[in-house]
Amino acid sequence: MSERSPSNLSSSNLSSSSAAVTASDVSFAYGDRQALRGVSFDVAPGGLFGFLGPNGSGKSTLFKLLSTIVPMQQGSITMLGHDLASESAAIRRRIGVVFQSAAIDRKLTVYENLRYAGMLLNLGGKELASRIDESMAAASLTDRKGDATGELSGGLRRRVEIAKCLMAKPDLVLLDEASTGLDPAARREMWQVLRAQAGLTILFTTHLMDEAAEADRLMLLDEGQVVAHGRPSELMEEVGGQVLEIETPDAVALVEELRRTLKVDAVQIDQTVRIEGEKVQELVPEVMTRFGDRIRRLQLAHPSLEDVFLNRTGKRFVVTAPEPDVKKGRKQRKRS
Amino acid sequence: MKGAVYALWHRELVRFMRDRSRLTGSLMQPIIFYLMFSGALYGSFKPYGMDYSAYFFTGTLAMITMFTAIFSTITVIEDRKEGFLQGVLVSPVPRSSIALGKILGSATLSFAMAAIFLAMAPFTGIDMSLDSVLPTVGVLALLSVAVAGMGFSLAWVMDSTAGYHGIMMLFLMPMLMMSGAFFPIEDAHWLISWIRYVNPMTYGVGALRHGVQGAAPGCPTFTVCLIGTVIFAVAMFALGTFVVTRRRARDAI
Repeated sequence: MSERSPSNLSSSNLSSSSAAVTASDVSFAYGDRQALRGVSFDVAPGGLFGFLGPNGSGKSTLFKLLSTIVPMQQGSITMLGHDLASESAAIRRRIGVVFQSAAIDRKLTVYENLRYAGMLLNLGGKELASRIDESMAAASLTDRKGDATGELSGGLRRRVEIAKCLMAKPDLVLLDEASTGLDPAARREMWQVLRAQAGLTILFTTHLMDEAAEADRLMLLDEGQVVAHGRPSELMEEVGGQVLEIETPDAVALVEELRRTLKVDAVQIDQTVRIEGEKVQELVPEVMTRFGDRIRRLQLAHPSLEDVFLNRTGKRFVVTAPEPDVKKGRKQRKRS
Repeated sequence: MKGAVYALWHRELVRFMRDRSRLTGSLMQPIIFYLMFSGALYGSFKPYGMDYSAYFFTGTLAMITMFTAIFSTITVIEDRKEGFLQGVLVSPVPRSSIALGKILGSATLSFAMAAIFLAMAPFTGIDMSLDSVLPTVGVLALLSVAVAGMGFSLAWVMDSTAGYHGIMMLFLMPMLMMSGAFFPIEDAHWLISWIRYVNPMTYGVGALRHGVQGAAPGCPTFTVCLIGTVIFAVAMFALGTFVVTRRRARDAI
């Protein structure tokens, strides 16, 4: 099992001047509940950078910091050449943000939402009109111009969000669990619209493995710390050739016997025994012969990002309760 | 950021006009109140010797101003819950512009609703000249900004519309009741008579009464009432700007 070493994991070879985002030793707490603990990373311009983590991992807090919605507490972040703590206004002029919950007005039409978004950017006249047209065209919404956004499907509403965010012609877009609640087709469309924007740096948080695997670079977070950082393919390769998972009623005993009889480095997690390695497939016949009667399920697979998380944290990647927010943080403090 | 202020102001108006229940509720409820109270108390209650319908007309103006502003600023909580506010907070708009746009939007609505009721004055037997309409309209504008600023500041720090309704019943209704809008409080019990001096609505209602009736028995002079209303408006506007410019972790909820 690898030790957590955020500082080593999070650094890349980008210099802070060439990076779209440089975060150093960022910590954040809601009262006495620590949400981020010394997170550092760099994001190259024009790339697709993902933050993957279970609920409570700190990815949404990181998103709130990057979107300038909450003030910095500890550490430093430079975005697009501006310091986040002192130049948040300059950053806001160059970023687009898509929230998990829709930030559009459901009582207004698609056009009105975009018009007000443009006016908030101080656009007016012909420029405002042309930006609205461009954004609607980019998100394939031109024929939905007069529709009330409250009556649109979840996928279309998300496209309105994207169009709204493109109104600013941003250099960098932040998305917080933006594909949550979308069907696969709508999700695909959302990414198509975003990836069609040349030179755009995209940072997104997600708890979906397949979505995270699409990132150019990925950062895995757990309990406010960076547990892995790199290309998704490289992270998965690091785990080893293949993963053998055996589900059994007595995982502790099986681990013991596997270690003793087959001399393999088996690990017990809940009701499952895991063996990672280059040639684990060769173990399958032997395992079935010796322990077949105690095996409920046996699975041989290439490592996934879930395995990367498991490998780094010793925990399964479980998405259960919603991300704790400030109010819940307060309640937790009261209880404690 | 003129564009941003205009956008937020205009959005308030558009949303209000599209919401028929809000539109009718804001105007119809006070009119029904006015008709019920002035009808019911017609023979039994004549404050300072005048018909209650004449006395309560000014009170209804204040009530419309306050209720419309309060129900309009409640949208701040809805905007936060629906996520619209987050979108505004991450836009390049200075936060003071958010306060300005929202307060002006709510103030415009409450002023417009009160002005419509004011236009009904001739039908209620109240004789108003241009000399009395102009100061009344001016005071209404000031009072609209004051109550919109107050409602906005409260809504900004509240988490739920239910909580806001609680505050309204506990704090805002007594403010209106103890302002002389519904009944004179000049001769109130000494335990509560001091409230009228510290209640900013007293000055707003007093200034309106001077405008509408030409005289306001039991109220401070027009100058004092006007100064009190100006201070009320400026203070509430400043409070609204102050609460919005503080960046806190809960803004992101």
